[in-house]
Amino acid sequence: MRSFILLLLLSFNGICMAGEARDLAKDPAIEKRMVSLAENLRCLVCQNESLASSHAELAEDLRREVRELIQKGMTDSEIKKYLVARYGDFVLYEPPLKSMTLMLWLGPFALLLAGLGVLAVQLRKRRESISDSVLSSEEQARVNALLNDKER
Amino acid sequence: MMRFIWPFIIFIVLAAFLFVGLRLDPREVPSPLIGKPAPNFALEQLKTPGKQFSPAEMKGKVWLLNAWASWCVACEAEHPILMDLARMNVVPIYGLDYKDKREAALSVLAQRGDPYVLAVSDYDGRTGIDYGVYGVPETYLIDKQGVIRYKQIGPITAENLREKILPLIAELDKK
Repeated sequence: MRSFILLLLLSFNGICMAGEARDLAKDPAIEKRMVSLAENLRCLVCQNESLASSHAELAEDLRREVRELIQKGMTDSEIKKYLVARYGDFVLYEPPLKSMTLMLWLGPFALLLAGLGVLAVQLRKRRESISDSVLSSEEQARVNALLNDKER
Repeated sequence: MMRFIWPFIIFIVLAAFLFVGLRLDPREVPSPLIGKPAPNFALEQLKTPGKQFSPAEMKGKVWLLNAWASWCVACEAEHPILMDLARMNVVPIYGLDYKDKREAALSVLAQRGDPYVLAVSDYDGRTGIDYGVYGVPETYLIDKQGVIRYKQIGPITAENLREKILPLIAELDKK
């Protein structure tokens, strides 16, 4: 029984692998470029997977498309433009810098600057609240007494 | 009291952002094709193979292109609404049978009824890619100049038919 289950599991694994193996087209150079491109592209069906790793049918079709575009001699940026024209910036894992994405790119730095600003203001306030005060002679005598006491 | 006001404001702003985020559907990716000319194609008609249809023939008309498939469950849910819309006779509906088998598509139309003026077969999904289809059903409203004016991602509901699509059709028809 146990070996049967093991066999079953192994055979399922084989099915999963088959989907991936089919993508290995004949030309390894084209395949390498396709994969490196697809790793930075988002699959629209399972949105947290890259186009390179997704098993969705659309991802398979898009990989085929990218492969063909490479064969046509298009550059990487032309291929990205081709996909963005159809699916929008959403396909790119690294969104371009434009007015819509300004917050996304500059937001963290703005927050950091704001934090540093608050810190600077707080530090200055604290420095102002600490003022040098002179000890009176009575206090000085007590300090000396305490210090001498300890030394002994 | 004053020292709590800023953290409180920041908390409220964050909570508001997160609350709005909860109600957004991440599957709805805004199409970059809105306001752009509908990509042309020439595909075989589902019912009369050998005859082709191309969006270029639709110049001067407001029409809907509905991407669907016999294997698509959500299309089944959308189907009665498409039938209603077809009966209203306000806009011709054309079908893009996306990555489907001809026999399966024909038998589904025979069973459920056919809302389409005609449907074309996009067997390998290439036309779908040109239209940015990433999950059927998706529906495009195309104006008289052949420009995409609206894209419905997922099934058309009675609500957005009434509130968005029909008013837009009426407006585009006047132009």
